[in-house]
Amino acid sequence: MATVEHSDGTLTSAPDGGVRRRDFINIAAVSVAGVGGAVTLFPLINQMNPSADVLALATIEVDISSIQPGQAIKTIFRKQPLFVRHLTPAEISAANAVPVDSLRDPQSLADRTKPGKAQWLITMGVCTHLGCVPLGAGEGENRGPFGGYFCPCHGSAYDTAARIRRGPAPKNLEVPDYSFKSDTVIEVGKVA
Amino acid sequence: MSFPWAQQYEPKNGLTRWIDQRLPLPRLVYGAVGGGYPVPRNLNYFWNFGVLAGFALTVQIVTGIVLAMHYVASGAGAFESIEHIMRDVNQGWLLRYAHANGASFFFVVTYIHIFRGLYYGSYKAPRELVWMLGLVILLLMMATAFMGYVLPWGQMSFWGAKVITGLFGAIPLVGEPIQQWLLGGFAPDQATLNRFFSLHYLLPFVIAGVVILHIWALHIPGSSNPTGVEIKTARDTLPFHPYYTAKDGFGLGVFLLLFALVTFFIPNYLGHADNYIQANPLSTPAHIVPEWYFWPFYAILRAFTADFILPAKLWGVLAMFSAILLLFFLPWLDPSPVRSGSYRPTFKWFFWILIADVVVLGFVGGRPAEEPYVMISQLATMYYFAHFLIVLPILSKVERTLPLPASISESVLHGEAAEAAPLHAGGAQPAAAE
Repeated sequence: MATVEHSDGTLTSAPDGGVRRRDFINIAAVSVAGVGGAVTLFPLINQMNPSADVLALATIEVDISSIQPGQAIKTIFRKQPLFVRHLTPAEISAANAVPVDSLRDPQSLADRTKPGKAQWLITMGVCTHLGCVPLGAGEGENRGPFGGYFCPCHGSAYDTAARIRRGPAPKNLEVPDYSFKSDTVIEVGKVA
Repeated sequence: MSFPWAQQYEPKNGLTRWIDQRLPLPRLVYGAVGGGYPVPRNLNYFWNFGVLAGFALTVQIVTGIVLAMHYVASGAGAFESIEHIMRDVNQGWLLRYAHANGASFFFVVTYIHIFRGLYYGSYKAPRELVWMLGLVILLLMMATAFMGYVLPWGQMSFWGAKVITGLFGAIPLVGEPIQQWLLGGFAPDQATLNRFFSLHYLLPFVIAGVVILHIWALHIPGSSNPTGVEIKTARDTLPFHPYYTAKDGFGLGVFLLLFALVTFFIPNYLGHADNYIQANPLSTPAHIVPEWYFWPFYAILRAFTADFILPAKLWGVLAMFSAILLLFFLPWLDPSPVRSGSYRPTFKWFFWILIADVVVLGFVGGRPAEEPYVMISQLATMYYFAHFLIVLPILSKVERTLPLPASISESVLHGEAAEAAPLHAGGAQPAAAE
């Protein structure tokens, strides 16, 4: 059944639908080498993903007892800044006064806080545009035109519920998973 | 290389003949950048910039290799090792300033080289691949420069890395995993610094490889020239050496004067004071800007502020990458048969408007994201894309171009046949290699 390529370059006709034994060997050899090559690429690419020590996501506890209304603190969660803010009643009503449908990323303040704890706004301090740390958590920092946070990099302005109101950022500041361990301690990084 | 009148390499002694028969490397060099490469005789000083870019790449590789002997790629040690280089390493300050400013000079000469190509239509057939390989070099340069800027681990290094890798986070669905894959974590950290150092060391050699392809592709049709008229006879050309090695040598002298001026007298003028503060993940500098050579692209990135089907952020990222990717299609966006802007009276105007537009983009890209800069960047971004997508295609159809000279030698000699005669007799023609 084999077709032999003669030394003068002519071929005898291939009997099995034009497929010669040499074609089969060619395809099989290249396929095995191709799959082997692709598999070899996997560790070379995957080594760049976050390593186990980075992924060992510690949860953190934050004591919020000393944060006065109107104040905010910055802490670190997964190597990124976390904002914990104690809203004043005026800030809460300002946030609730905005029609949710008019927002770019429609969420109410209640969606972004825990029931009965609307004064505690806990968000990542990472602008959803390109990852800068917005201003507004530190003492005396520019809180922007909506009184929440203001990203100095490209001018994204967040309101008192840390929702995006103006500028290039597409989303509200991310609210991480967290729960209240007591009235004065929150645990971030774990669903309650 | 491909001209029949190109001079052939003749080994001068027994040793070079012995080598030439076994490894014809001297022959290759002679044909590429020696007397064996015929070049149009009418090149002006804008044709210096390719050689200058090659020189700048060499400076970066040489200074970079020695800096790597003292640099420590670790989150805790990187910033300190830079100060160690600046204060303790013998002549370390000179090497680092030369490397940092060398990057700026590399971009200066490369941008002039690119605008030379835009004005004189160097991207047109048969040099499309020369142009496209050049754009590949530009993209590699940008990646290399960006990663190099992260290595000192100052505030601008850190936040620059965060913003630029954040660009990939704008891609729907796969954006965030890609960003984490690039960084090796959730924010720039040790893993990021190490991989950037590894790639920053690698990519210049990749650039050198693509430069060889760029020159190889260029030498098939030969260099273009200010008239845009192709080489027709031996009278149109001069050998690269000594004619253009001398002319490039003069340009190199001017380049070195300016390079020394900046490196020795205003070494930090093009940098940012914030990068002398160690990276702090909890405090964003008030005003994050990349290095000046990225400003026009940064302005395009920030020009998109409204969502339209896609989020504004994604539009900005797409526009920024398109601003360069668009140039890959330039040979087909501008099909005018006349190459040189000197013979295209209307094109010439639009070319200078484009230059002004890019300068404006560069200016607003270095400003904070506030009015009126946002508005200006939006208008300038619009013109940038309109120039390539609307103006050039229309212009190539409707423009009345000026008559072209019959040949390069005719344009040089202004048709004065009498004066041309002695030249033709051999006056300015180089003697054939012995």
